[in-house]
Amino acid sequence: MKESPSTFLRRPLSVHDINLSENTLSLLVQIAGPGTERLSRLIPGEKLNLVYPLGNSFTLPMHGERVLLAGGGCGMAPLLYLGRKISESGVLPHFALGFRNRSRILSHDEFSALGPVYLSTEDGSQGYRGFVTDIPEFSNEHWDRVYCCGPEPMMKAVAVLCRKRDIFCEVSLENLMACGLGICLCCVVPTTSGNLCSCTDGPVFNINDLKWQTSG
Amino acid sequence: MADLRIKIGPLEFRNPVILASGTCGYGSELEDFIDLSEIGGIIVKGTTLEPREGNPYPRMAETASGMLNAVGLQNKGIDHFEKNIYPHLAECKTHVIVNVNGNTIEDYVDLSRRINSLSAIPAIELNISCPNVKKGGMVFGTNPASAREVISAVRRVYDKTLIVKLSPNVTDITEFARISQEEGAEAVSLVNTFLGMAVDVGTMRPKLSTITGGLSGPAIKPVALRMVWQAARAISIPVIGLGGIMNAEDALEFIMAGATAVQVGTASFINPRAGKEIVAGIEKFLVEKEIDSVSTITGIINRK
Repeated sequence: MKESPSTFLRRPLSVHDINLSENTLSLLVQIAGPGTERLSRLIPGEKLNLVYPLGNSFTLPMHGERVLLAGGGCGMAPLLYLGRKISESGVLPHFALGFRNRSRILSHDEFSALGPVYLSTEDGSQGYRGFVTDIPEFSNEHWDRVYCCGPEPMMKAVAVLCRKRDIFCEVSLENLMACGLGICLCCVVPTTSGNLCSCTDGPVFNINDLKWQTSG
Repeated sequence: MADLRIKIGPLEFRNPVILASGTCGYGSELEDFIDLSEIGGIIVKGTTLEPREGNPYPRMAETASGMLNAVGLQNKGIDHFEKNIYPHLAECKTHVIVNVNGNTIEDYVDLSRRINSLSAIPAIELNISCPNVKKGGMVFGTNPASAREVISAVRRVYDKTLIVKLSPNVTDITEFARISQEEGAEAVSLVNTFLGMAVDVGTMRPKLSTITGGLSGPAIKPVALRMVWQAARAISIPVIGLGGIMNAEDALEFIMAGATAVQVGTASFINPRAGKEIVAGIEKFLVEKEIDSVSTITGIINRK
């Protein structure tokens, strides 16, 4: 990643999936600038230098709980591996996934293999028209836990919904980071215990610990 | 084997590579990657008397060959440091230096006095160059009279090794280097970050919550190197050079320009092993050139 002067730092990416039998780790990369553009052009056999794993992880559900994994766009990346782990633990994961339009839908088959998938698209080209929070199953069914990752406005909307219904909810934040090691203090998020690093204290936070929830 | 030892005041370092404040946490954060006993020293996170939350997010913007930060000295204050962090640092197998900050001269003095009594901290780095706080910091480091006043006041209460960290956001760096020497500092370290900014044209907003922040990384290296060279020629106390050092060659440039030691900062964000690799690279260079000790090449470009 040294060819462009504007790709100076490492890129913080969540794990999309892990396949132990094939010894693979999958990343889902949305092109947002020269760094992710370069990553998207990697060819088989090219070597990457990774610092993994970093930070915390989602809290797995307890037996018999009904869980919903809510993701928006490329932000749904960590929900596939989370869904796999939840499924392996004997709990059926349900997925509520929102995309801009039909052509933006990602990893649908992989999610469907693990549990029911409820889709929304902003233009209604597939699934429910609107946002993830507009999916009827989200509001109408009982959920013990909601796990969420996506753009911040979407996560805030999910948090508001969960808070109203007193549902346990964890969100995975994607703040800008420099080091990923809890050193630079650039990726901080205001919490009830002060500014915490989303790289080491997160990226997963319970919405009750986040300050933005109280104003959301 | 080449002799990598250097001295700053009475303090001997096993090699000239020190991890810069704000880029090595309290050392423990890097221990998955490096054995700190292989590093000359570490300068732990900027510390203040009172706990500080720092500036609002966003605090960082990546720029061409560098980054801007506006952290604003987030730390839990000296009481927390003494009680919870210092006991671990006392076990650290390298020199641990504390970066000292304050809003007022009294703050700097009180904090320096507190740290003077911590036996496992052999030196402080007086930070009169933080660009990300409204009071203190760079306000002292860009005004010669204020700089003199704060260094002099701290010198009176601090009897171990005193390093003054200088701001590059001045017209004449040698003036501040001379003041530090005249007021009795054992060394100066330079440069802190350059005041900079970036705008997100998509949102039409500044990229940092504070609008301006401190620029670090290779983008600043040639300017930092020039300032280190100027300072080293102006004073006789050691200069610790920093600013965009990413590898051993960069470090050697600073040493040859007159730096007794170097600090590795932003490089550790990208490569947490950078400090250790730079030590190894300097040694390899000296061995290959059949040079006995690193001090032989300190300021070599200034000799006829």
